[in-house]
Amino acid sequence: MSLLAVADRAPSVGHGAYLIIAALLFTIGAVGVLVRRNVLVMFMCVELMLNAVNLSFVAFASRLGDINGQVAVFFTLVVAAAEVVVGLGIVVAIFRRRKGTATADDLHILRG
Amino acid sequence: MLLAAEFLSVDNLVFVTGAVVTLIGAFFVVTSRNPVHSALNLVVTLFGVAVLFVSLHATFLAAVQVIVYAGAIVVLFLFVIMLLGVDRDEAIEAEPLKGQRPVAAALGVLILGELALLSNLRFRTPPPDAVAGSITPVVPDKTNVEQLAEAIFTRYLLAFEVTSILLVIAVVGAVVLARKPGRAFGLLAARPEDDPAEVGA
Repeated sequence: MSLLAVADRAPSVGHGAYLIIAALLFTIGAVGVLVRRNVLVMFMCVELMLNAVNLSFVAFASRLGDINGQVAVFFTLVVAAAEVVVGLGIVVAIFRRRKGTATADDLHILRG
Repeated sequence: MLLAAEFLSVDNLVFVTGAVVTLIGAFFVVTSRNPVHSALNLVVTLFGVAVLFVSLHATFLAAVQVIVYAGAIVVLFLFVIMLLGVDRDEAIEAEPLKGQRPVAAALGVLILGELALLSNLRFRTPPPDAVAGSITPVVPDKTNVEQLAEAIFTRYLLAFEVTSILLVIAVVGAVVLARKPGRAFGLLAARPEDDPAEVGA
């Protein structure tokens, strides 16, 4: 039996602990989106929130002994990658038009 | 003594290490003045989450987490930060919007309280036999990668194909967005007979 196949022995910590960490991570990300004005840092905080949800997905998958939770995380990763690419493209496009800072406060007018 | 020995098991040590690394990294993502430092702290957080994935026996996702997130997404962040030239400290002490931080802190406490409430309400995960049709049980003698591959390439094949379309759209969209505004479709629109100067471009 290979090392990888040790498989679905439940962690001794208990799955609740993982959910607590996920909740804390999500909260930190949410507060970061609300507090920071730099668009790039706000993006990173969104990534934190996505990771918190991924973590709880994997924790529940382990709790139920169900591989489908991990499949959901796989798809979330793909969508997150696409989201970052498009988001950063938008940031670059905005920067081309209005030189200066990358703060969200400067972007309150939709018309470029 | 027994309790201490039990607490110091490898599982617990891995969990505590991963959790502490994750949360400290996340804290400094939010509080760093320099966006570059935020991005590097994001790597720390993502690595901590990967450690937690390993401790939950999601080995494939842990590897993908490091390769895709830490390897690709954060590099993209750093690339854009440096391309735009915002890689310097900013004054985060100043509060541009009055009362923003107290409100944000209150909302954060609210979110955390809500999550705690939800976890205490015990929306019980139904026993496995009650959801037998929807569950793909973990088989102990197969590796994590094998099981994920079986699920993705049989049951979720359509979704998998759709993600490839999504990725193509994202790539094309990013290229269109990030090009210089005036020349967004320059190569498609320009014809040699219309504008000879464009031919060499």
